[in-house]
Amino acid sequence: MSQDRQDTAPILEIRDLKIALPEGSDRPFALDGLSLRVNPGEIVCMVGESGSGKSLSAGAVMRLLPEPHVYVADGSIHFEGDDLLAKSEAEMRGIRGNRISMIFQEPMTALNPQKTVGWQIDEVLKLHMPAKRAERRKHALDMLARVQIPDPESAYNAYPHQISGGQRQRVMIAMALALSPRLMIADEPTTALDVTTQLQILKLIRELQREDGAGILFITHDFGVVAEIADHVVVLRHGEVVEQGPAAQVLNDPRHPYTQALIASVPDLAPPAPKPLSDSPVVLKGTGLKKTFAARGGLLTGKRKAVTAVKDLSFALRRGETLGVVGESGSGKTTVSRLVTRLLEADSGAVELDGADLLACTPAQMRAMRKNIQMVFQDPMASLNPRKRVVDLIAQGPIVHGANPAEARENARELLELVELSPAAANRFPHEFSGGQRQRIGIARALALEPKVIVADEPVSALDVSVQAQVLKLLADLRDRMNLSLLFVTHDLRVAAQLCDSVIVMQKGEIVESGTAAEVFTNPQHPYTQTLMSSIPGRDWTPPVRNTDAA
Amino acid sequence: MSIIDDTRLRPAEPSRAVVFWNRYRRNRAALLGLVLFAVVVLMALTAGLVDPGDPLRRAGAPLTAPFVDMATPLGTDQLGRDILSGLFYGARISLLVGVVATLVAIAIGVVIGALAGYFGGWVDDVLMRITEAFQTIPNFVLLLTLVAILGSKIEWITLAIGIVSWTAPARMVRAEFMSLRNREFVDAARNLGVSNTSLIFREILPNALPPIIVYASVIMALSILLESALAFLGLGDPNYASWGNMIGQGRAVLRTAWYCAAIPGIAIVLTVLSFSLLGEGLNDALNPRQKQ
Amino acid sequence: MSLPIPPLLTYALRRLVQAVPVIVLIMVGTFLLLKLAPGDTVDALVGDMGGADAQFIERLRIEYGLDQPVWVQLWRYMSKLATFDFGWSFVYEQPVATVLMDRLGTTLLLMATSLSIAFTVGVALGAIAARRAYSLTDNVISTLGLVFYATPSFFLSLMMMLLFSVKLGWLPVGGIKTIAGFYTGWDHVWDVALHLIMPTAALSLIYLSFYLRLMRSSVLQVADLDFVRTARAKGAGETRLMFHHIMRNALLPVVTLFGLQFSTVLGGSVVVETIFTLPGLGQLAYQSVIQRDMNTLMGIIFLCSIIVVVVNFLTDLLYARLDSRIELS
Repeated sequence: MSQDRQDTAPILEIRDLKIALPEGSDRPFALDGLSLRVNPGEIVCMVGESGSGKSLSAGAVMRLLPEPHVYVADGSIHFEGDDLLAKSEAEMRGIRGNRISMIFQEPMTALNPQKTVGWQIDEVLKLHMPAKRAERRKHALDMLARVQIPDPESAYNAYPHQISGGQRQRVMIAMALALSPRLMIADEPTTALDVTTQLQILKLIRELQREDGAGILFITHDFGVVAEIADHVVVLRHGEVVEQGPAAQVLNDPRHPYTQALIASVPDLAPPAPKPLSDSPVVLKGTGLKKTFAARGGLLTGKRKAVTAVKDLSFALRRGETLGVVGESGSGKTTVSRLVTRLLEADSGAVELDGADLLACTPAQMRAMRKNIQMVFQDPMASLNPRKRVVDLIAQGPIVHGANPAEARENARELLELVELSPAAANRFPHEFSGGQRQRIGIARALALEPKVIVADEPVSALDVSVQAQVLKLLADLRDRMNLSLLFVTHDLRVAAQLCDSVIVMQKGEIVESGTAAEVFTNPQHPYTQTLMSSIPGRDWTPPVRNTDAA
Repeated sequence: MSIIDDTRLRPAEPSRAVVFWNRYRRNRAALLGLVLFAVVVLMALTAGLVDPGDPLRRAGAPLTAPFVDMATPLGTDQLGRDILSGLFYGARISLLVGVVATLVAIAIGVVIGALAGYFGGWVDDVLMRITEAFQTIPNFVLLLTLVAILGSKIEWITLAIGIVSWTAPARMVRAEFMSLRNREFVDAARNLGVSNTSLIFREILPNALPPIIVYASVIMALSILLESALAFLGLGDPNYASWGNMIGQGRAVLRTAWYCAAIPGIAIVLTVLSFSLLGEGLNDALNPRQKQ
Repeated sequence: MSLPIPPLLTYALRRLVQAVPVIVLIMVGTFLLLKLAPGDTVDALVGDMGGADAQFIERLRIEYGLDQPVWVQLWRYMSKLATFDFGWSFVYEQPVATVLMDRLGTTLLLMATSLSIAFTVGVALGAIAARRAYSLTDNVISTLGLVFYATPSFFLSLMMMLLFSVKLGWLPVGGIKTIAGFYTGWDHVWDVALHLIMPTAALSLIYLSFYLRLMRSSVLQVADLDFVRTARAKGAGETRLMFHHIMRNALLPVVTLFGLQFSTVLGGSVVVETIFTLPGLGQLAYQSVIQRDMNTLMGIIFLCSIIVVVVNFLTDLLYARLDSRIELS
């Protein structure tokens, strides 16, 4: 197979590419010696964690690096035999969007908010296609139909904010494929999308590519997506290629220890055996929770449509149990975490913590009750006050609840060790830590109050997969050691499968299915849950089990 | 997991002050601003020491040109008052009015903006309508009116300048608070049981400070301009030398002795410029997101 | 049956309703200022007559309703303001409204010319500076912007006067027209234009720097956004990027600033009109302060506020037209 690969004339061939970073960066080269080829009709996945330099390679091919700070220092890029690095800017403009096109990660921001969808598709046609307005319009409408947008005519006239995220990404694809380019570069095109939408988009890219026979350079961090779409895989680490080969080989029989470690970090879809929990007491119980984000104001401010985020939600969490709340964006799962902790006021319902209704507490009582229910947040950048030292961040809760400040700080240092950080971290500020380390600090902060329940809102979704695995492992260890009860909100079904004893699946503010993780994952009953499960990227691929500690 | 270990700490970074200064000094214009500012402060502090004499009393022959008489190196005005001495004492008044009026404006602005931005809802509606009302009245006209009512004493002038300048910082603080109040670290603190007052002043305000500090330099510049305009129109405190007043007096002799107006005018331009440059430097140093 | 109302009209109506509490607050504010000021209408009236006996003064107070409770006075005052009845000016011996109307035209003319110049030139220069960021062109433009930003309007006016009137003798030193000229037709227009050159230049140069600085940073910011990168990846050239993708988005904050700044610019006309002896509202405000003509002063505050509200309303409509993300309905 790999012999075949070498024989065909490649669309894209990169040899020994080096991209230099400005002085004072943490390393001299963002990419150091990248070589790869993309053949016609082939999807080459470039996988790597953040900071691996994968996105810059796209910039180099498009000749859109932020020069002069970042530039190609060495190597060559050939596109259909032509040396791209030797092209003039005007020649490159003729190639971009025409013979090489690109789609980006954020469909929300990648389209100009002030121009209609039609105008933006028309722009690429106008730039490269000598055709009359009516002809271009027809072509644009055809493209919108090809990317399966329901009503091309009205989408053509819509502004980007008027269509959904998934549709915006379809528009981007329509734009990218409008002129049947030979090469398409897709930079994390599905990362910002929900799983069901993600699968649709991946399928769409696959189909269209088969029709056009273009080559695709697909950049991603997600091995599930790789398993779904890749023909050939290139694994990057700190700007260097550690391994490349056919998808089946890299996924199922990785050679390099780094690839092995990465793949071992991908959570398995098989849930753990159910724990015997039926006789543990219920610590947290929600009954009939409802939250509507009301239309604010009347005459004086603009009216907005009322949105029901959560309707009539009930659940019970037993001591030592991990209850997963899973759903796509807009399902109301995050609202649940905020209602339970009363960071948002519910419209009705009750949240009982050891029998006491939190929602009936006065503000002063509530402040006292808070030490029993703590939270770990999603965004490691935003969840720690940047102006406080780590020790003060962790000790803040106990101090608020009347602990002796000196003791509380002493305790904080011990907690740091508990979350596997050096006590030297205590006197630093949050910006000096990596994302995973910050999440550890967030966990230490939550533990400092010795709560009965921890509510974790997407605690690992912003982390690289290898770091994610370590934080999840820490969380699971602590849970088992301290017999914690965990309400775990996540969009990532793999993570839920790995950590949760039971799950509730939410859609549009309602629970569509609940049960033990084993039941829900192996035998989903509700059609929505079934769709969700069948949309997990790479669901048919089981990461090879390896003892990576030996590496 | 020896190959990817996330728990190892990065080397410690230098202290905030060091980082701040390193970023600040990268901007050469900001350094110039700092130097100019230091000169103005020095002038204000040494008024009366270096250049003896009351700036409001006769020091030499009227309308002596600059660089003619060493006793009055920058010349004298039509009443024989020493221009250099006026510059020094004027620096004192400009800075005093600038600093105090800025403090007044920022204090009002922070309180109104913080309450409106943090609580939102009807509190925000009420406070914002009041802010809009203040913003709708042309600020210099309101300033004139306040001075007409309160009188021309320097204390009242300073207060009046503060009162007409708080709306912009209020809006800015409100916007900062609206974006910060939804940050997870605020939720985290609330979830620890921290009270509203502490949330506003201990959690959010310190994070809103950098833009407030940058904005203070803008208000300082505008306050100095407002004070000098009042003094130029003859509505300043007659008991103190003021650059604006010197220009106002110089206007009468513009045809024959234009330097009487030009010298204090340049002083104002340089002082205000120093604040603008200072502000830009602070902005670069405090909000390092922007590219250099 | 409901009539279809155009969304822009609904939006406009809503904005107008929002302005009502602001105007009411300003009415209350001017009333409070009047009460704070030493002396009331009757004092002014008596002073104007050269004195009167205590009984007569008492009668006058009753006649003017000054014996009534404060809120009754406030109500009367507000109902009068609502009909643009600002009372009597004891300095000009005319209703304040008449005095104001005489002056309004000059100020509006000055505002319209200087703001349109400041805005267009400021935006253009800001865009050019950002386009060539950190080059010599940018440095020159940015430095000039900083210097004009730091220059007090009266100082700039004086220096222009010194150069163009005193030294060169090109332009008239002040006033709105040549007093003994009695020009008509185009001669009159030309005469007024000559008189307006310096005041307009002084105001626009200073406010231009605001728009320039904001436009520059706004363009730099928008140029970094994702959709600009998308357009670049489509093969669009720099000129196309600038005009089709960056400018419109970068203009939005500048339009907002225009609305927010308008009242400041109006206030700035006080100094400039006074220096160039232009018979406008600004000069009138200054004279009213000197002559303690509180009724006129309050009339100016109210009238200026109305102008500001109207201009803000128009800028909001413009903004809504420019930003397609604002749902008008």
